[in-house]
Amino acid sequence: MNKLVTRRKLIGAAAGVSGLAAAARLADRYGLIPPDHGGIYGVGETLTYASQRLLMAHNPLAREFDRSEISKVFPVNGDPPENETYRRLLADGFAQWRLRVDGLVARPASFSLAELKTHPSRTQITHQACEEGWSFIAEWTGVPVSWLLNLAGVLPRAKYVVFFPFDTFWESLDMQDALHPQTLLAYAVNGQELPTRHGAPIRLRVARQLGYKSVKYLSRITVTDTLKNIGKGLGSSAPEIGYSWYAGI
Amino acid sequence: MIVRSYVPVFWVPLRNLRARKGNRTQYATGRLYSRLPRVRIGAQDMADSAYLTRLAIPDSGTVGDAPRHSATVRITHWITALSFFGLLVSGVAIILAHPRFYWGETGGVGGPSLFDLPLPFVLTGQTGWGRYLHFQSAWIFVLTGLLYVISGLLTGHFRKDLPSYRVLQRLTYRGVIFVLSPLTIWTGFAMSPAIASVFPGIVTVFGGQQSARTIHFFTADLLVIFLFVHIAMVWRAGFKNRVGAMITGHSHE
Repeated sequence: MNKLVTRRKLIGAAAGVSGLAAAARLADRYGLIPPDHGGIYGVGETLTYASQRLLMAHNPLAREFDRSEISKVFPVNGDPPENETYRRLLADGFAQWRLRVDGLVARPASFSLAELKTHPSRTQITHQACEEGWSFIAEWTGVPVSWLLNLAGVLPRAKYVVFFPFDTFWESLDMQDALHPQTLLAYAVNGQELPTRHGAPIRLRVARQLGYKSVKYLSRITVTDTLKNIGKGLGSSAPEIGYSWYAGI
Repeated sequence: MIVRSYVPVFWVPLRNLRARKGNRTQYATGRLYSRLPRVRIGAQDMADSAYLTRLAIPDSGTVGDAPRHSATVRITHWITALSFFGLLVSGVAIILAHPRFYWGETGGVGGPSLFDLPLPFVLTGQTGWGRYLHFQSAWIFVLTGLLYVISGLLTGHFRKDLPSYRVLQRLTYRGVIFVLSPLTIWTGFAMSPAIASVFPGIVTVFGGQQSARTIHFFTADLLVIFLFVHIAMVWRAGFKNRVGAMITGHSHE
């Protein structure tokens, strides 16, 4: 009797484990597992990311607002990069600056600020919340990331787009967010050129995630199929200092 | 739709049936219950679905053996307690990064606030683990809560009359389970930019993301006040005995 129960339990446990493994493989194939899925908070993080990805399968737009709702107060966090390269570029108004697009693309390219501004742009008035709790509404103008990625020709096995700035806060997006129509490389805010502390010459705008995903001072965009070999392999600099990679909640 | 309170019907030994005559007959005879609760719930209601599972065991012995709380109630109670603790600690960590509250869509330093918490400091940098822990605990809280409510509906748990529970007590538990907790979860979702893109109405109904944050803060405060009152009442009713009953299912009066 005891033996039977043990065997049953064993078979049950084996079925449970292989069921979990199958679910994990399936979730991975459909891109439902975030790069920071390890550790004690990995379960909650994966549940949040996977369920939000499924909820947003139809790729809805973030809410947009009226001009009259634009915030008068426009808070800003962080200081511009302190390195020599950035200072030199800033000094001559980013005339020498170029944005590189490389990685898993058919036609690697680079764009000057003036060139970027000749591409089709999108202007949107969206809400941005900081993970700290404050929020504001602003009007952003920029080139959709999807436009540049299509120009470069993303290869089919691409899974993530990595954004490298002049400072240390690099970020990455899955293809769904990278190709989302409201994901911009913004060069203007509220009708003005992007102020230095807001990320000049160009910052990322991710309308459906918290503020820290919208990294500033961009210099390079890389398309990749894995994030494991970048930094500590957690997807971006945020999880390396204890913050969630996915910031949709 | 009508469903039967399924637990006790076939298993109740006759002996117990008779013993239960009076206020418990309805369960023992497996009377039909409508699926929707008449929302006459009481705290001890929770306690008492206990009763049913115990009756379900054919040789459960005498009436005095009937547990105060069913296994489902006991397990979900303690998991909820643990996840609530996680939510509370992490919620405090998140609030300390920006202890100001606003109404409408936006708000920040430099603009007008609804009120500021009278704290001598602002503690940033604790929101990373705070948010990880908050959402992990929220998943546990929500899933456990769903399990509790669904099992409560199926067993008729929310429908019992318990003479020992007073109106105010019932109202309180009802409010916590069916109003405060859902509203806290709702306003939590309303703060998520991704969820708001899917269901814009869940945030606009409150007048904006910052309104949702402020309501979330108040409903969470009320839940914390409930927790203190709950513990005080348990203390008054006999702490060891009541906590023991929530662990083992039995009180020893």
